[in-house]
Formats: sequence, structure tokens, C-alpha cells
Amino acid sequence: MPLPPAPASSAKSLTFRGEIHRRTVLAGAAALFLGGGGAFAPAWAKDEAEGAGSAPVKGGVLRFLVEHEPSTLVTIAHTAGPTQRISPKVTEGLLTYDLNFNPQPALATRWDVSADGLTYTFKLREGVKWHDGQPFTAADVAYSLDLLKKIHPRGRGTFASVTAVETPDDHTVIIRLSKPATYLLTALDANESPIVAKHIYEGTDPLTNKNGSAPIGTGPFLFREWVRGSHIILERNPDYWDAGKPYLDRVVVRFIADQSARSAAFEAGELDLAGGPPVPYADLARVSALPGLGAETRGYDYAGRMTQLYFNFERPQLQDRRVRLAIAQAIDLQKLLDVVYFGYGKVAASVISPNLKAFVDPSLEPYGYDLKAANALLDEAGYPRKADGTRFALRLYANPFNTQAAGDFVKQSLAKVGIPVDFQFFDFATYIQKTYTSRDFDITLESLQNLFDPTLGVQRTLWSRNFRIGLPFSNASHYSNPEVDRLLEAAAIERDPQARRQLWFDFQKLVHDDVAAVGLLAPDGVTIFNRKVKNHTIGVTGVDASFADVYIEA
Amino acid sequence: MRQLPRILTAVRRTALQSVPTIVGIVILNFFLLRLAPGDAADVLAGEAGAATEETLAALKAKFGFDLPVLQQLGTYLWNLAHFSLGISPRYNQPVAELIAERLPNTLSLMGAALGFALLTGIALGAVMASFAGRVPDKVLSVLSLLFYSIPSFWIGLMLIVLFAVKLGWLPSGGAETIGAGFSGGEMLLDRARYLVLPAFSLALFYVAIYARLTRGEMLEVKAQDHVRTARAKGLSPFAVATRHVLRNALIPVTTMAGIHLAGLLGGAVVVETVYSWPGLGRLAYEAVLGRDFHVLLGILLLSSLLVVAINAAIDILQAALDPRIEVR
Repeated sequence: MPLPPAPASSAKSLTFRGEIHRRTVLAGAAALFLGGGGAFAPAWAKDEAEGAGSAPVKGGVLRFLVEHEPSTLVTIAHTAGPTQRISPKVTEGLLTYDLNFNPQPALATRWDVSADGLTYTFKLREGVKWHDGQPFTAADVAYSLDLLKKIHPRGRGTFASVTAVETPDDHTVIIRLSKPATYLLTALDANESPIVAKHIYEGTDPLTNKNGSAPIGTGPFLFREWVRGSHIILERNPDYWDAGKPYLDRVVVRFIADQSARSAAFEAGELDLAGGPPVPYADLARVSALPGLGAETRGYDYAGRMTQLYFNFERPQLQDRRVRLAIAQAIDLQKLLDVVYFGYGKVAASVISPNLKAFVDPSLEPYGYDLKAANALLDEAGYPRKADGTRFALRLYANPFNTQAAGDFVKQSLAKVGIPVDFQFFDFATYIQKTYTSRDFDITLESLQNLFDPTLGVQRTLWSRNFRIGLPFSNASHYSNPEVDRLLEAAAIERDPQARRQLWFDFQKLVHDDVAAVGLLAPDGVTIFNRKVKNHTIGVTGVDASFADVYIEA
Repeated sequence: MRQLPRILTAVRRTALQSVPTIVGIVILNFFLLRLAPGDAADVLAGEAGAATEETLAALKAKFGFDLPVLQQLGTYLWNLAHFSLGISPRYNQPVAELIAERLPNTLSLMGAALGFALLTGIALGAVMASFAGRVPDKVLSVLSLLFYSIPSFWIGLMLIVLFAVKLGWLPSGGAETIGAGFSGGEMLLDRARYLVLPAFSLALFYVAIYARLTRGEMLEVKAQDHVRTARAKGLSPFAVATRHVLRNALIPVTTMAGIHLAGLLGGAVVVETVYSWPGLGRLAYEAVLGRDFHVLLGILLLSSLLVVAINAAIDILQAALDPRIEVR
């Protein structure tokens, strides 16, 4: 329901109406995101969860590690991990999300979705200024949404059905859609949909705009310097709209490319906070047990990390469901988790991450580790073992965001059922080219984030219309199932949360039965922190948040 | 200084001869880099974690990756002829600027490491040659063999563990105290503290090479007639060793050092990575991973220029060390 351009007298009823709708939206969301991160966080993380006990302390420098140097500091056109870590500190979004995905006000103070799901109305915070002193207005939001739709890698999809963005006054934005898009309200975080200054971007090429390397935003921290190859310094914004915040005087962002050097820097007490995990899984237990340090696994649900196995459906053997099922049954997921990921993560039963609780079907079970059944299936499919004990060979690739060990594990697992695997491990660029352009894999161990909504994170790899050669993270399997397509397309525009959830359940059941792809496990993100640093994880984006609330205990 | 005019002629000739060499190197590099699968647009789109065909096409068009290879080469050479190394698609910054930012760090690390390696290596070599076959020689031989064979990333990490983690004397990585705002002497001291460990890690390998080389050469020179003459005319053993033996033994050492100097420019990747040293080696490495070929071509061009320049300088130096060698 669109808000009328408000005369002052109607302000009260307007607030009332807005609140009602917002509450309905919130209740719906809360019902959906049952559980939430807290209940599933390991016990040792819990005592660090709330900084609530003590009053926030002002001042101090946070030494924040970002593993790799980003190529730009604003996520308006680029969404690589390091950029997402840094961008929200300077450039904010309309909303943020707590640990249960409930939207919280940021640049928007109130929001309202019309009954038909086609109109979103946002009331913007008043008195907010850009870091260069210009006032922040609805024009900036409209301009940013337009940029996101045009140049953001995911924004093109997220905002595809946006037909118009109206700005009846300086602090109201109305988004009109051609069809419902329920995921829109979860896509407005600073790291996904940043709001940038119109006066800085207008009339320039947004991809080469200098704002990318010296950003001006509305956020709690001012950009001060970026010494390439070394560090970034962010200073406290004294005019931040949330008076009193941020607590920190300064954030020093350091880049350390070498994993062992990161462990050493933590041990030498040179770092306060890092997301990731910043150190190898093998080192995690040791580093997080160091005096003064702690570990936190919450704050990664917005990304929805997953490790999956995709099949190339153009290979005759893999077109046979029995072969795919045999491959799935030959891999001991618990052992993979324990050996390769040192237990940091959860075994998955579906292609949707077990952490995406609003959408994952809890009734699904993993295929189960059963070599006997796997061998029998392969025999039955017409691939008996030859004299040398093998059946047929397969070529395996692995996204380098998975460790090489994960690929070795799959290789050894399949060897046990008579499938010799030629495992090739490349650097990222080669992997992307060989998997998505030349497509010369038989099976690939992917590491595709589910994101905050499966329409954005899961649909891309199994929707037949997304079979696009040369496009990274498309449907390289060439999986094509009309019923799956129908469910995906219906789920994308379903407004009712329950009905949408059911569509995703039906989809998962179908994909599971068909063994279209195998969701192996959801690896944990792990944040390492100095125990004096509080409030580092207060939402689903974890250390990708704005850090306005972070403080360092004296 | 009677050689000065000849030196100038030689420098001019070298400069002229190097032009076709460098152009050849650029073209060769250009095609070699094409052999790597994927381009910067693929990586950028891939890193985004999601992409659409439009994004990818827009990226490729923007950087000119959709043009025929020869046309891309033509554009690159045209830019080069105008003294422009092009723009890095990844960093959205002129390549020359990116390189200039990193060059001072690389030069200081290189200079410190090689200076230390030469001084220590030659000194150790001289000691070894003087005590050939006796205990000091044997101990130092074992030691230099050890330096030669230990991988630099391992020695780097061990030094970090000892001096930064256990003793806390030196920082574990970086090039300066970030945001400290030092100036003058304080700044130099601060930078030196950060330089010690990486320079030492990088130098050890070369210390071993120069020590072995100096030792071998000195023993060979010692047996020659002019040394016997020097000794016969009553010079002290120290004067013989330094002025007559060592000076002659330095010829191969300087040749090797010249080769190493050029190699160090982009070859200190491992040490730069372990110590998060913001130098050219890491820039080159990251450019490879990001398929940022303009940056890589720029660094390779700089390296080849440096090789040419250093070779010329070494020729001149050797002529100064040994008058029998002439600068042509």
C-alpha cells in the first residue's frame, strides 16, 4: 500500500499504518526463520554472544584483518568477499538484519509492503549527511536502486521486476514492481544493496568512479587512506546519525595473504578481529584457544555457504539417476566434514543450506554412506567392474574456495566404488573458464553460496533457462527438468511465505529424488576475535556489518 | 677516468640495442599471457559470486577483451609508444601508478637483502678460503649448505615465530606501523624494524651462494702467479688476500649478483607474501591470479628494462675491477 505524500496532519495515522504493516511483515519473517543462529552456535561461542553486560566504551583502534585485498571498496558493482567486509563501514544500506533475518532500520526507518506485494514504501531517516556534508535524500536512494539494477552483478536479478522508483518527497521512496519479489526485503543490507551518493556518481561511469577507491558514504566510519598492498584506515564519523556511535575511533584494515602469517599475527597480538575463517581449519582450534582470543560461528547466514557436487548431464553415464545416486552414496559426508573441515560445519541433506532455516526441508535425509548399495546401483546401471576393478573414469574439478583436500576426499571415495577420478585443481580463473565456458568436467565440487534467499542463490544452477555457456555460476550441469523449472519460477514470485516455503520444499524433494545435484555440507564461517572486542556479531552479516556498535572493553 | 667517453658510447649503444629486445619481450609476454585460461572479466564476474550475461559482456567490452587479439596487442603497443602502461581493470588505476606505489618497497627490500647477502657472503667466503679444509671452513660450509637448501617461506615463518611471536622484538609483517604518523628519523627506524626479518629471510639463500662462489674463486686465484709475486714482494697476508685475491675473485660474484638483482624484482613473491610486504612480487602474483595482464605486462617490462640496465652496469663495474676487461 503506497503511502500518500504526507501532509503534516496525517503523520500520526501514517506512522500507525506503517507500523501495523511492518509488524505483520516482521511476524511473518520471525515465524519463518525459526530457531535462528543462537540456538545452533557452539557452546563456547555463547558467552561471547552479547556484549550486553557492560556499558560500551568509547575510543580505541580496531585492528581488523581482511584476508585478501579488495579491488574496490564499494559493493555497488562488485560483490567479492573482501569488498563486502569493508564497504558497509562507510556505505550503508536501507536495512540491516538481526541474527534471525528480522529487518532492522538503517537508512530507512519504516517500510511497508502493499497487500498485492507490488509496492514497497520506505520512509527515510532525516538529518543524515553524506561524509562530504551534502544531505542524504530520496534521490540518492532512487539513483542507487537504479544503479543496482543496471550494474550490480546480483542486483540485475534482485531488482529485475522493479518498474519504477518514485520519490514523492525527500524522505519517501516508493518501489513499484511488475510481479511480487518477496526476497526484496532481505536484499537491502549494506553489503548487498549499498546506497551511494547521487551527486558523486551522476554523469560518470560507475565502474571507474573514484568513489570505489575513496568512498563517501553515510556510514559510521569515514574513509581516510588506502595504501595498496598494505592497509586501509577508517576514522570515526563524528556526525553519524546514530548519536554517540560509533564507539571506535579508528578501524585499521590489514591484508595478510598468507594463512600461516595470519596465525602468527594473531599470536603476536597484532590483530583484534577477522572473519573467514582467517586461518586454516587445522589451525583454528589452536588459534582460538590462545589467551585473549575467541571464535564465533554465527554471522554467516546472509551468505549461506555451501559445498555441492554438480554433475555434467551431457555425459551418458551421469544421465542415469542410478549412477548419480551411487556417487552420492559413495561419499561419507560426516567423515568429509570431520577430516577435511575439522568438524566446522553441518552435513547437508538438500541443495539448500541447513542454515537457511526458512527454506530448507528438515524432513530430507542425506543419501547415506552405503558402498554396497552404490556398487549394486552401478552394476545395475550396466557398468560392471572391468578386469582391473574399475567401471568408468570421471573428471573432477573443484572450486578453489573448497580445499584441495575436499577434492582428494571425493576422489578417494569414488575409487572405492570402481570410479577412477581424474581430479584437477586449478586457480580460480582457470576453474571458472574450464567449468563454465569449456565445460569439460564430469563432476565438479562447487562452493556456491545460497545467499539469503534460494531464488537468488539456488535457482541459478538448476533452472534450465540459466544454461548459459560462459557465465560463471550458471547451470553448467545443463540440468533440465520442466517440473523443477515450474517450481523455481513459481517460488520466485509467490507472495505468501507459507506457500513459498512449500514450493521450495517440493523443489527440494524433487531435486533430492532425482539426484540433480548433491548438497554435501554447509561449512562454517568462523570469526576470530580478541575477547575485549564486543558486538562484533550482532546480525546475519557478522563482521560484514557497519561496526557502529563495536567497542573495545578497557 | 680515461674510460669515461668509452663508457658513454657503450651506454648509448646498449640503450639503442635494447629497444628491439624490449619490444620483442613485450610481444612475447603478451602472447604467453594469452595462454592462461580466462581473463580479468571472468575473474571479476566469478569473484562476484554471481553474474549475469549482461554484466560479463559489459565487463569484457569495457576492457576490450572482446576485440581480436591482434587488435588488443596493437592498442597495447600504441599506448606503450605514448609511455602509457594502460589501466588495470582490476584496480581501476593506471598501471604505472600501481607499480610506482610498490616500487620503493621492493627496491628497499631488494637493496637491503642483496647488500646484506653480498657483505656477509663475501666475508664468509673469504674466511672459508683462508681456512680452507680446516674447522672454520667446514662449519661454514655446512651452514651455507643449510642456508642454500632451506625454503625461504619456512625460514620466514620460523623467524616470525621466534622474533615476533615468542620474543616480541620485531613486528610479524607489514612495512610500517600503520597510522602512526612518524616522520624523519623515527620513521626510518620504524621502517627498518619492519625490514629486518624479510630482508634477512630473503638474503640467506644468496649469502650461501656468494659465500660458496667467493671461496671457490679465491682458492683458484690464490694459486695464480700474480699472487705469488705479491707475496714475494713482501705484502702482508691480509693485503694479498684483499687486494690481489679477493678483487679478482669478485668478478663472478658481481656477475651473479647482477642476475639476482633483476630476478629479485618480481621474484621475492614468497617472502613478500609471508611478511605481507607491499612490494611488486606480490602485485605480480595477484595480477596472475586476477588475470590482470596489463599490470603483469607492466611489471615484466620493468623487469626486462632492469635486466638490460643492470647488465650494462655490471660490465662497467667489472671493467673497473679488472683492467683487462674492456668496456666495448
